[in-house]
Amino acid sequence: MAFLKSSPATERQEPVTAPDLVARVRSHSRSFGSTQVLRSIDLDVRPGEFVALLGRSGCGKSTLLRSLARLDKVPVGEVQVNGRTSVAFQEPRLLPWRRVHENVALALLNTPERGQRLELAEQTLGEVGLTDKLGAWPLELSGGQAQRVSLARALVSNPSLLLLDEPFSALDALTRIEMHQLVIELWRRHSMAVLLVTHDVDEALALADRLVVLDEGRLAHSWDIALPRSDRAPSQPEIASTRAEILTALGVKPTPPNPKRNPLANQGAA
Amino acid sequence: MSLDLTTAQLAGRLQQTPPQLQQRAARRKPLRHLARWVSPVVIIAVWQLLSSAGVIDERMIASPSQIFATAVDLVRDGTLGAQTLVSVQRVAIGFAIGATVGLVLAVVAGLSRIGELAIDPPMQMLRTLPHLGLIPLFIIWMGIGETPKLALIAMGVTFPLYLNTLAGIWGIDRKTIEAARSMNLTWSQRIRHVVVPGALPQALVGLRQSLGIAWLTLIVAETISAHSGLGYMINHARDFMQTDVIVVGLAVYSILGLATDAVVRHLERRALAWRS
Repeated sequence: MAFLKSSPATERQEPVTAPDLVARVRSHSRSFGSTQVLRSIDLDVRPGEFVALLGRSGCGKSTLLRSLARLDKVPVGEVQVNGRTSVAFQEPRLLPWRRVHENVALALLNTPERGQRLELAEQTLGEVGLTDKLGAWPLELSGGQAQRVSLARALVSNPSLLLLDEPFSALDALTRIEMHQLVIELWRRHSMAVLLVTHDVDEALALADRLVVLDEGRLAHSWDIALPRSDRAPSQPEIASTRAEILTALGVKPTPPNPKRNPLANQGAA
Repeated sequence: MSLDLTTAQLAGRLQQTPPQLQQRAARRKPLRHLARWVSPVVIIAVWQLLSSAGVIDERMIASPSQIFATAVDLVRDGTLGAQTLVSVQRVAIGFAIGATVGLVLAVVAGLSRIGELAIDPPMQMLRTLPHLGLIPLFIIWMGIGETPKLALIAMGVTFPLYLNTLAGIWGIDRKTIEAARSMNLTWSQRIRHVVVPGALPQALVGLRQSLGIAWLTLIVAETISAHSGLGYMINHARDFMQTDVIVVGLAVYSILGLATDAVVRHLERRALAWRS
């Protein structure tokens, strides 16, 4: 298990060239073997900004997130991050042998807040509505609850950039809506920047200030959504047109009309 | 001959009903649990009747009442306690050595690529060797004192513990380790919070297997020219056709095996509460 040996980039001071940005990615490229996964990516994330990174499966969006999370080694000049980052993954990835509040507290083990880590963990678990599950084992939780613990674990260190790697894709539709509301609530309260990796266009449209589409390793398009989140009904003309543009950028064609749907109109046309 | 016997016994030991199932059944239906005692009691009663009637020769096997009386005598004059203590000591020392070696090797092989290459191939070759077959070599190397007995027990303990602990370490979900890395946990923190608890369930399986093997090895080891211990007591009784003493010795062996098994089961229940 060679991956155990590499020590994490703990609190490493990197050259801060753009203090007004939380993350600054410049001409970042990555390849595995002969496969080019990311091609010269440029991306800025401002403090408190909610960015959604959209793309098809295998387009490299998770790779970009791993670069930002420093889970993989990348050249320092290509990816700069100011302040703490934390990640919530697609699966909750809790330690099943540690109780819920200990799981959250572990994220503070190497921070100055180490001394009060259990209190802070309990406080954050309260924020995600799990006050009654503090001492539970992770295997006793439902999928949605486990994902909320994972969110609390990412939030407890008070990151300036929260990286979300498709954290809602394995949840049922109703739980997902609840989680969307929770994330927005937490984002407003903590005012950290969020980078949400997803392949769900509607999710991205409902949550983000800015949508970025990654296609074949390149950052292809970007959309700013100025509408308040409460006004982002799918029928809203601006939302509907942006949705169509994004789907086109992702290479999804609109569903053709059903010719059997209206036989009278069909006859008229004939 | 002794090899066949021990493998058969080992198989029997490994096929025991899971303790949780037994307990659950006991809690739900106390009557049914009692009912399970009926047939063993009947068998012993029939055995006693046949012995009393003279159908079963005392030189073949003593009667249950005779065995019980001998057990009481052996406890009273201190023989049984003293010999048991010697045997328990042998298992304890041999187990401690074998367990240490097995665990250290498994951790080194599990955590480093070089360690794996250096340790795993020879271990995989050696594990196919029936360790009881090493008795002649051990006698040539170490004589017939305590050393070959301890070495044999240590040898039997090392492999199940090594193999299971290594499998436990390799079985840990890489994603969990990555999550620990994303939380900036250091190497030693990842060992403590992820690797050790993650490998523990499988390591405990290895512990149970190796304890079973430790007792079996003891029985065989004590037949090589021991001057004390349960095996000595049994061999001595054989020379005088004392089948009652032999059965008492065997019963103590199985009680000791059951007792260590119960200890491990207790450990498992405490350490693996999170799996409930």
